[in-house]
Amino acid sequence: MTEVERHNFDVIVIGAGGAGLRAAIEARERGLSTAVICKSLFGKAHTVMAEGGCAASMGNANPNDSWQVHYRDTMRGGKFLNNWRMAELHAKEAPDRVWELETYGALFDRTEDGRISQRNFGGHTYPRLAHVGDRTGLELIRTMQQKIVSLQQEDKAEFGDYEAKLKVFHECAITELLKDDSGAISGAFGYWRESGRFVLFETGAIVMATGGIGKSFQVTSNSWEYTGDGHALALRTGASLINMEFVQFHPTGMVWPPSVKGILVTEGVRGDGGVLKNSEGERFMFRYVPDVFKGQYAETEEEADRWYTDPDNNRRTPDLLPRDEVARAINTEVKEGRGSPHGGVYLDIASRMPAEEIKRRLPSMYHQFKELADVDITAEPMEVGPTCHYVMGGIEVEPDTGESTVPGLFAAGECSGGMHGSNRLGGNSLSDLLVFGRRAGMGAATYVESLERRPVVLQSDIDGAARSALSPYEPAKSEGSRENPYTLHFELQQTMNELVGIIRTGEEIEQALGRLAEIRARVRNVVVEGHRQFNPGWHLALDLRNMMVVSESVAKAALLRTESRGGHTRDDYPMLDADWRNKLLVCRASGEDSVVPDVTVEPKDQVPMRQDLLELFELSELEKYYTEAELTTHPATEGDRA
Amino acid sequence: MSYKGQFRVWRGDSDGGSLEDFEVEVNEGEVVLDIIHRLQATQAPDLAVRWNCKAGKCGSCSAEVNGRPRLLCMTRMSLFDTDEVITVTPMRAFSIVRDLVTDVSYNYEKAREVQAFTPPKDLAPGEYRMQQVDVQRSQEFRKCIECFLCQDTCHVVRDHEENKLNFSGPRFLMRIAELEMHPLDTADRRDTAQDDHGLGYCNITKCCTEVCPENIKITDNALIPMKERVAGRRYDPVVWLGNKLFKRGK
Amino acid sequence: MTATDTGVHAPPRARLPVPSLRTDRWWVPPVLTVVGLSIFVIYATFRAFQQDYYWVSEYHYLTPFYSPCMSTGCVEGAAHFGRFLPDNPLIPYAALSLPFLLAFRLTCYYYRKAYYRSFWLSPPACAVPEPHTRYTGETRLPLILQNVHRYFFYAAVLISVINTYDAILAFHSPDGGFGLGLGNIILVANVILLWCYTLSCHSCRHVTGGRLRHFSKHPVRYWLWTKVSVLNTRHMEFAWITIGTLILTDLYVFLVASGAISDPRIIG
Ligand SMILES: Cc1cc2nc3c(=O)[nH]c(=O)nc-3n(C[C@H](O)[C@H](O)[C@H](O)COP(=O)(O)OP(=O)(O)OC[C@H]3O[C@@H](n4cnc5c(N)ncnc54)[C@H](O)[C@@H]3O)c2cc1C
Ligand code: SF4
Ligand code: SF4
Ligand code: FES
Ligand code: FES
Repeated sequence: MTEVERHNFDVIVIGAGGAGLRAAIEARERGLSTAVICKSLFGKAHTVMAEGGCAASMGNANPNDSWQVHYRDTMRGGKFLNNWRMAELHAKEAPDRVWELETYGALFDRTEDGRISQRNFGGHTYPRLAHVGDRTGLELIRTMQQKIVSLQQEDKAEFGDYEAKLKVFHECAITELLKDDSGAISGAFGYWRESGRFVLFETGAIVMATGGIGKSFQVTSNSWEYTGDGHALALRTGASLINMEFVQFHPTGMVWPPSVKGILVTEGVRGDGGVLKNSEGERFMFRYVPDVFKGQYAETEEEADRWYTDPDNNRRTPDLLPRDEVARAINTEVKEGRGSPHGGVYLDIASRMPAEEIKRRLPSMYHQFKELADVDITAEPMEVGPTCHYVMGGIEVEPDTGESTVPGLFAAGECSGGMHGSNRLGGNSLSDLLVFGRRAGMGAATYVESLERRPVVLQSDIDGAARSALSPYEPAKSEGSRENPYTLHFELQQTMNELVGIIRTGEEIEQALGRLAEIRARVRNVVVEGHRQFNPGWHLALDLRNMMVVSESVAKAALLRTESRGGHTRDDYPMLDADWRNKLLVCRASGEDSVVPDVTVEPKDQVPMRQDLLELFELSELEKYYTEAELTTHPATEGDRA
Repeated sequence: MSYKGQFRVWRGDSDGGSLEDFEVEVNEGEVVLDIIHRLQATQAPDLAVRWNCKAGKCGSCSAEVNGRPRLLCMTRMSLFDTDEVITVTPMRAFSIVRDLVTDVSYNYEKAREVQAFTPPKDLAPGEYRMQQVDVQRSQEFRKCIECFLCQDTCHVVRDHEENKLNFSGPRFLMRIAELEMHPLDTADRRDTAQDDHGLGYCNITKCCTEVCPENIKITDNALIPMKERVAGRRYDPVVWLGNKLFKRGK
Repeated sequence: MTATDTGVHAPPRARLPVPSLRTDRWWVPPVLTVVGLSIFVIYATFRAFQQDYYWVSEYHYLTPFYSPCMSTGCVEGAAHFGRFLPDNPLIPYAALSLPFLLAFRLTCYYYRKAYYRSFWLSPPACAVPEPHTRYTGETRLPLILQNVHRYFFYAAVLISVINTYDAILAFHSPDGGFGLGLGNIILVANVILLWCYTLSCHSCRHVTGGRLRHFSKHPVRYWLWTKVSVLNTRHMEFAWITIGTLILTDLYVFLVASGAISDPRIIG
């Protein structure tokens, strides 16, 4: 029988990023005892890295903005594959969530009249991103971290203990979700990174907010935390994942020097006036406006430049097309030999703005290039190229409550799926975290309150979880089969980057699946050295299993979807296919192995968009995405017939 | 360009440890954290180090390189000569966990003791109006990535473990300054700054400012202005006399 | 007993064989500071008590070390504000201003940093342990008195006004009319730099606008604050420059007054 440290909470939130913290605040404000668990230190979650801003149609910069416009932009960005209900909730609630942050103490940049300033971003019709210079994510995290402290101070005043109602367990990684015999969530099992000792959380509901999967790719803007733990844990617990084939490659990552390859260059650079150029000095994006966006973007450089100061009478620059379009364009330019010396293209802001202005608006970008690449962005252009950035796919959830298909398991943020469809607009993630973090917190609270009896954790599950977590310490079965986790991780990343990366073909994906199968077999033979105290080799060995499952989900879904849409581009099926638009690919765990299960993928139809939302779009636009049969209810179609 | 670099890395835990020598490949453009990762992948798989973003944004990878508190991910190898021995040690103001990882809970405890933002009671969300000039002082402090390098280098606690009880350190004195300058905050933290957070321990020797990777002017813009505010309340002879004579204030 | 038992060698911390691993020459700045400040203190003490060669009556040059000259021992022309202090070798002629100037610089946030680091080694350099077992900083007497710096700042402003007045009176030719010599340029430059030092003071930054919560409601004070803030970033430079110019100005008056050199005249 395994001895473990035990804790009991009404709700536990796994993940202390924007989504997790917002969920925890909500659950605690509903009066429930809540724990937040995260792998790294409190306040270091991936959300700190977000730069550009948080999208919300507050209309401070342009009063024409409204939730309807935001909704339309989001659906277009996701190529109409989004869960429309999530997109609707998101567009409607984002402003309230941003304003709420101000009551927690956030200090966004201001407009002349003292309201929250908003900036332009790719795919957003109006300036919409609330921001603080280029460190918006840091502001978000810190604000909510401080809100949690504030709630803890209230608890201290009331109960004499800061942690009476809300406790943070940091540097604690969850390796297993536990269910009782009815199939409802009963707890979570994990280990302290510091000591390697096991810990058990008994709970009624779990909110997953573990972020993304980028560490399965070689060139990525993501940190070590992004091993897809939430995705894998949910899958193994019986929940389903959707949209896993859609992985966003951010068009502008650093490409040089090699050690920083992939680090993000914020879209804010383009939002504030930076332009993309190839080695011939051409602003090539004008050649890459796809049919579906024809007419919405400037056609000459002059018009594009006028747009920055007079957006009402000019169309925006194609440098600000949605990310998938820009990333593909850069990829093509480089392939056709018009790239920069280190295999990227140029992003030029130096020639478009005085040095002081650049330093004021983009301080951390200035800092980042100066410190890491010896490039002064106020004097010379940056070299940039695509980098794996965000996964649109995730745990399939109920839009209003965030509940997954497993009772008691909720999800929010990057690890949930649906909201962004096939491609996320910049700035829509931070607002997603706030809107759905809160909703998942509410959903979990309501669920726990309605429980008649608390599900119990089975001792056999605890023993199993402990055994599985310790298996990398078992000596190798034979000397030759001993695998190093770092090597396997590297091979996995390479496979995903090269074969399931930004441009895919059926053949390459098949190849990738072959290699993944081989790596999967070797994952079982990983052996780690040393003891359990803060042992990164062991941590990676455990994370590797999750990356494995997630990578297979991505590859298998990518193989099935025989079209190109948003974050999924098939060279062998280069067109958008209206028949695929309302099809979701649902991944589920199968097979014997409970640690690295097999993944099966099945298509499923989406619920059709509610009539009033459908009517927000012109028929002519919908026709680019929808099949004729789907559009018979649009009033314009009916008008035609009459 | 690639060469063999000479490294000395502290390895051990609370029971003791030592500086271990390594010879590692170093490539163009790399930072110290890259080298530590290479060590993990090739020579010392269980070498413990904290890091997250590798872009100077999260403040996880704080340690000391050649005796100076630094972010490992922002310390470029080009800073050093190719034949120089580079010593990497954990932060020395905090308790050791293992190798380069220290126990930074002191900071989280102190964070919890600073009275939170206290907005006006009757102001509804969405009605907050603040001018850019009024928020920008606090915005500078909010750039803080909580790397705790300033806390590590501040001699008040680095050289005197016992002062940890009474001194919150530059990071959290700066947090107090941030709230005191927040245009909509309604609380007064001047007394607690002095009495509970130990502002008086700071002798403005500016090491915090020297090491801050965000280049926040902690001493000039937060600590000294805070000292001035406290002086205005507590040590101003005119105010003191006025209070005595007219029984004003609390 | 080594002071570091409680510091970097305290039991819960990583056990490293040496107190500091810094490889650069961290001891250079504190040494330079000790040298610089010592020169100033020795020179200033010597001059303050010398009670001679402080006034060039031909051109009305008065050294700042004797301004305002208030002792009954003062030369008549040098005393612009009356003579009432007893003439005693232990009482400097400018005994009404020098203590305040000394206190102003002694409690200056920059000089505090400089002498805490260099004379008191607390700390000698960043991440280099200090040699003291206990440390209470400015929490108790006497160092808690550093908090009254602002009052010395007000005094320093007054004295700067007097210095300015002295510099203006010095545009004097032996025939009683307007005169201009190298000495005037030195006196004026010194006064300007003294103003820069005084106005760049942190207390000045606080009183002009730093203490406000809402800059937007006080545009004039905000404007002042931004200007003082610009100066303030150079406060350390001004602290050293004015040490230099004070010595230089005084030395010049000393040399001219003692007849060692003569003042090159431009007008009169
Ligand atoms: C460089 C960069 C810039 C970005 N810029 C923007 C932007 O400008 N605007 C925008 O809207 N979006 C942006 N994004 C995207 C956005 O930041 C992320 O999608 C978002 O922060 C994800 O938040 P989250 O709350 O879902 O998870 P995260 O903030 O990633 O948090 C995940 C949490 O889960 C914890 N966790 C993970 N696994 C486990 C486990 N097994 N056990 C315990 N805890 C675990 C982690 O420790 C962490 O606390 C950016 C992303 C990157 C990488
Ligand atoms: S200035 Fe004050 S807070 Fe900063 S390091 Fe020095 S003593 Fe510590
Ligand atoms: S103030 Fe600077 S040094 Fe201190 S924790 Fe923040 S970022 Fe780090
Ligand atoms: S790893 Fe994030 S600051 Fe170094
Ligand atoms: S004179 Fe230096 S701070 Fe006031």
